Amino acid sequence: MKERTHPCTQREESWAVSGLSSATSDPGNLAGVRHIILVLSGKGGVGKSTVSTELALALRHAGKKVGILDVDLCGPSIPRMLGAQGRAVHQCDRGWAPVFLDREQSLSLMSVGFLLEKPDEAVVWRGPKKNALIKQFVSDVAWGELDYLVVDTPPGTSDEHMTTIEALRPHQPLGALVVTTPQAVSVGDVRRELTFCRKTGLRVMGVVENMSGFTCPHCAECTSVFSRGGGEELAQLAGVPFLGSVPLDPELMRSLEEGHDFIQEFPGSPAFAALTSIAQKILDATPACLP
Amino acid sequence: MEEVPHDCPGADSAQAGRGASCHGCPNQRLCASGAGATPDPAIEEIKEKMKTVKHKILVLSGKGGVGKSTFSAHLAHGLAEDENTQIALLDIDICGPSIPKIMGLEGEQYLEDNLGVMSVGFLLSSPDDAVIWRGPKKNGMIKQFLRDVDWGDVDYLIVDTPPGTSDEHLSVVQYLAAAHIDGAVIITTPQEVSLQDVRKEINFCHKVKLPIIGVVENMSGFICPKCKKESQIFPPTTGGAELMCQDLEVPLLGRVPLDPLIGIQEFCNLHQSKEENLISS
Repeated sequence: MKERTHPCTQREESWAVSGLSSATSDPGNLAGVRHIILVLSGKGGVGKSTVSTELALALRHAGKKVGILDVDLCGPSIPRMLGAQGRAVHQCDRGWAPVFLDREQSLSLMSVGFLLEKPDEAVVWRGPKKNALIKQFVSDVAWGELDYLVVDTPPGTSDEHMTTIEALRPHQPLGALVVTTPQAVSVGDVRRELTFCRKTGLRVMGVVENMSGFTCPHCAECTSVFSRGGGEELAQLAGVPFLGSVPLDPELMRSLEEGHDFIQEFPGSPAFAALTSIAQKILDATPACLP
Repeated sequence: MEEVPHDCPGADSAQAGRGASCHGCPNQRLCASGAGATPDPAIEEIKEKMKTVKHKILVLSGKGGVGKSTFSAHLAHGLAEDENTQIALLDIDICGPSIPKIMGLEGEQYLEDNLGVMSVGFLLSSPDDAVIWRGPKKNGMIKQFLRDVDWGDVDYLIVDTPPGTSDEHLSVVQYLAAAHIDGAVIITTPQEVSLQDVRKEINFCHKVKLPIIGVVENMSGFICPKCKKESQIFPPTTGGAELMCQDLEVPLLGRVPLDPLIGIQEFCNLHQSKEENLISS
């Protein structure tokens, strides 16, 4: 029997460990996940959730089974981007069942957004409590068989990031996609994120530069709204691959706002070309699975 | 305080020192003795320090990348145009300190005679240095900024914050609790993905009883430099900040357009009107 749980209504006690067995000695709910990719940035608002969502959609269109784990506990953006707000999380015998976004169950999602009683409810937690939930997300979500698990993170280099990497380490993540925008203020923070990756031993698969220019729909003039060139320079400086630039595209914005599948709806958009190219590079960089 | 266990119930909780996860924690005895439940003496010390600071304004947003630091910097500059006003800008974004770069200040702390800036960015020796700290250590840094920096006589202390509703935000509100914060200015962009997080931030302000001065909608429209026609790069599909402010009964202080040449005259002028709102409130 499936029951809906609202862990966030349990206030003072550590709800994170009550009611569910912690699967630490289990080979784990990640045993069926072939490849794990983290999407990071030192900077907020550069499009980590957008890139995570679009990458997942593109990989799915390439025939892969994809899960998305949203560990941004204070600002969980992904449920809305995939039109999944208000969906319930159900318990199953192996833990929490992720929310499936399609009938074929080829795209699934777990986010604290599903656990909030009200969508505007703020998750006002200090580090230790955030860490406890993240560990549960990693160990207690029954992902099943997945080709890719895309992990979307909040900005920074703090509790969420350290805990996520420590919890995922035994499962050998494929690596990290680091997102920036072209301006110096983003690149400045993202350099620190690259240091974080180095210090924690996380391989950087490459840098994605988002919001790379805007083409005026009236006169077709392309303006570098957020300056230019930062992403590629950063990749060169850090000695990591530059995976591509995604331009500012209001159609992409609208899709995300309205929870539509941008990859399906806008194959003619310049952002589509950039995103599918990045997804292809990820596919090419993925080692072939052992039988 | 040393590193806390991951399932720490919190030093000020009823379970402090007594919970299952407390076994083996170096601070277990301290917590069990009830030390965590007593108020931090730093709060009183900060209250004393803040006596020479007339107004304290927090710049918040649930969402990252909406322009908190840009706004904070321009507000500080705008207020500092009056040479008789002393302005201080404190950047408590420990992991992503943008203020030094935005203000072109790397390595220096005083921009003008009447505008002082403090950020963890000044304490890092290289632009690649990452501050990889958990919550308790970040909180310690914020306490030091508030208690140990010699702010002197300040008319306006503007505090730039990181995105979210976590350690940094709780700490700054807690440490300034006795010193009285005038209020918070909340920054958003027009899209629902930002407003979603900003509603949580407004919720946070209500929870911690922090007055809200108002909301600023940033990146509100883009004027093409060639044809001068307006486009909405970040369309307000759910009514933008205006509708949200009406629904939640908070003032909308103004809208700032997307401008590739951040820092030009018009941009500063837009901020003049916001400052007048702030000064009068």
